Amino acid sequence: MTTKHWLLSSSVAFTCLVSAAAGAGPIENYSPVTSARLEKPEPGNWMLYRRTYDGQGYSPLDQINTSNVKDLTPVWTFSTGVVEGHEAPPIVNNGVMFVATPAGQVIALNAKTGDEYWRYKRQLPDDLFQLHPTNRGVGLWQDKLYLATTDDHVVALDAKTGKVLWDTKVQDYKKGQYLTLMPLIVDGKVIVGGSGGEFGVRGYVVAYDAENGKELWRTFTIPGPGEPGHETWSGDDWKSGGAPAWMTGNYDIETKTIYWGTGNAAPWPGNTHPGDNLYSTSVLALAPENGRIKTYFQYHQNDSWDWDEVEAPMLVDLQKDGRTIKSLIHPGRNAIFWVLERKADKINYVSGWPFVHTDVWKGIEPETGRPIVDPAHKPVIGKRVEFCPSLWGGKDWPSAAYSQKTGLVYVPANENFCGGFTGEKVPLVAGQLWLGTKPEDIGLKVRPGADHFGELQAWDPATGKKVWQQNFPKSQLFGSVTATAGDLVFVGGTNDRMFRAYHAKTGELLWEQKTNSGIVGMPIAYEVDGTQYIAVQSGWGVDAQRIQDALATQNNVGVENNVPQGGVVWVFAVKK
Amino acid sequence: MSESNPSAAVPLNTIVEHDAAVSDPTRRAMLLTALATCACLAAPEPSVAEDDQPGSNLRPQKADTLVFSEGDHAGEAIKPEDLKLGGPPVRAWPKDPKTTVIRKGSRLNELLVVRLDPAELDDDTRSRSADGIVAYSLICSHTGCPVTGWVKQASGDKLVFKCACHNSEYDPRESAKVLFGPAPRRLAALPLAISDGALTVTATFIGKVGT
Repeated sequence: MTTKHWLLSSSVAFTCLVSAAAGAGPIENYSPVTSARLEKPEPGNWMLYRRTYDGQGYSPLDQINTSNVKDLTPVWTFSTGVVEGHEAPPIVNNGVMFVATPAGQVIALNAKTGDEYWRYKRQLPDDLFQLHPTNRGVGLWQDKLYLATTDDHVVALDAKTGKVLWDTKVQDYKKGQYLTLMPLIVDGKVIVGGSGGEFGVRGYVVAYDAENGKELWRTFTIPGPGEPGHETWSGDDWKSGGAPAWMTGNYDIETKTIYWGTGNAAPWPGNTHPGDNLYSTSVLALAPENGRIKTYFQYHQNDSWDWDEVEAPMLVDLQKDGRTIKSLIHPGRNAIFWVLERKADKINYVSGWPFVHTDVWKGIEPETGRPIVDPAHKPVIGKRVEFCPSLWGGKDWPSAAYSQKTGLVYVPANENFCGGFTGEKVPLVAGQLWLGTKPEDIGLKVRPGADHFGELQAWDPATGKKVWQQNFPKSQLFGSVTATAGDLVFVGGTNDRMFRAYHAKTGELLWEQKTNSGIVGMPIAYEVDGTQYIAVQSGWGVDAQRIQDALATQNNVGVENNVPQGGVVWVFAVKK
Repeated sequence: MSESNPSAAVPLNTIVEHDAAVSDPTRRAMLLTALATCACLAAPEPSVAEDDQPGSNLRPQKADTLVFSEGDHAGEAIKPEDLKLGGPPVRAWPKDPKTTVIRKGSRLNELLVVRLDPAELDDDTRSRSADGIVAYSLICSHTGCPVTGWVKQASGDKLVFKCACHNSEYDPRESAKVLFGPAPRRLAALPLAISDGALTVTATFIGKVGT
């Protein structure tokens, strides 16, 4: 009780750092996570956001394949006990699964049986304001794991017990700073990027020492005075210009370069922040040892549409025109499918094409890769401007995947959605929404004559040809895609609560399972004791639900607002 | 641009301090000891430095007055005639009339105040209203966002409160009943009266504030 009194009298320790009692834990024979294991993960594990540092979202497991996926059956489920969008991939390390959920919760489970080892539940502050109440997963290093929280802390937990080892405040949640991403772990560094593009923050990527939580470096995504790129801003706009960095970066282990995506410029209407606005809506190439910006590519300039380009590009060795291109592939929120070439000191534009309908771009400058904007569809202050695709873009944050077997990129796209708003000048108040429009003015309109919305697309990135496409007549597609060596593509993302497997070569629907809720999370594949499993969280919410609201209330398209919420971890295997 | 911007990397702790309770090894050890023995330790709400005046964190109290919390008249008293019948609502802070402290030390104190036709109000709402003027917590019961919209409801013709974050709607005529969206319960209500021409609070919040 003495300790408790001491704590209660502290005005600093206002956040509860509590791990609940263990179930079956502590975990015995836990496998420490090393650089070597992260750089070349065992086929049966999923320890990074997209399994491998190249961000491909591809599993080499093929026990579940096109011939037997019809027999895929749930083997266990687990209720997370919370609602909102369950966006995280279950993370698996040699038979132990870590599930991150909304509300700052981590659950450690036996990946074979579904038995609980321990559960950590963060006590979020009463006055926290969660625009995006979600979490995208925990990073692993040695015998620790790392959670980024919506009250803007990074927390290290003991992987075996769930006990808090350190807790570092990143910035101030009261000023609209928050974290939703899975930390990227590189060489003992825990690297995260901040959210807050709707609060007028200045974005950043920051690295902490995995052992003790000490800050090692911080790189702002908007250059300050005297730094290259600062001239792309006017006056003080850079201080509040957004460029948040709220998704996990990818990592080139050969060149030791992190590729990190950045988000929207703030506030939304472009003429409130004239200039190209580096490094908003870009990919940054960062040195992991000190955060130095090696180079960058900006997907579009002077963002005016809230088109965050935060999903990091996939690193793919692309065979094109008789040579191997060390490529970066990014199906953008701005509706352009980008193929870039990564060099040590430069990112070159290779090719780009619209993968859904857009009226914003007239073309792309072939030398520079700058898209050419149609000003009629670029939001400004003082008048209503309509544009296609919508604010949620051709593809939002849910990840595309690349199959090393088929050489195809699988994109969870949304077609036939347009948006619009009336820009207005609004004073910035720290911690309050700062959109540059009235929130209630934001619209999503279905294009006249549309016969579907969501599309699962398969593209050959070398030729720019679409190989197949599946359409969803009554639903958006808002979930990450995972490909496997079994020539399967797994995705949820639809408002009918389905989880589906497609033939990676043909697009044929091979299997589906109705789940408890809608799936906005990332499917994974893993193996324990010689059996392959597929896992995914089902738990609808956040932007998938915002689109659902818009379809149900702003568009007469026969879509109801009735997707149930509540998270469940689903694990499947082939019936033997 | 190539190989640029080395100075954008800011070394070591120049921006944000660590949570002292955790980075100090002794205190961290104490914390971890505490964690091993108890489930959850409540702690007082932190104060906001610039608003750290006595009472600024306190929830609205009986006899408080109301002042505008934004706009050209921020900090000035809200008079009944400032409120247009039928809305839109205004955002307000409670103010302690004795100390003149505006209770803006916590965002959980901010209010929505709107003037409606008393005939439209249900009995409970009318009993808490002053000449059709009603006050509610600004904080959405879903994930704590400010409820700032005054729009036509998603399924109907009434103007209602709407939360911009996740589209929850509340009807101020019926104790801020949830009409649409994920909010699990109504907004907390704050009873009002008009005293010497000024809006005053007659009791503390009815219902839970926030999430």
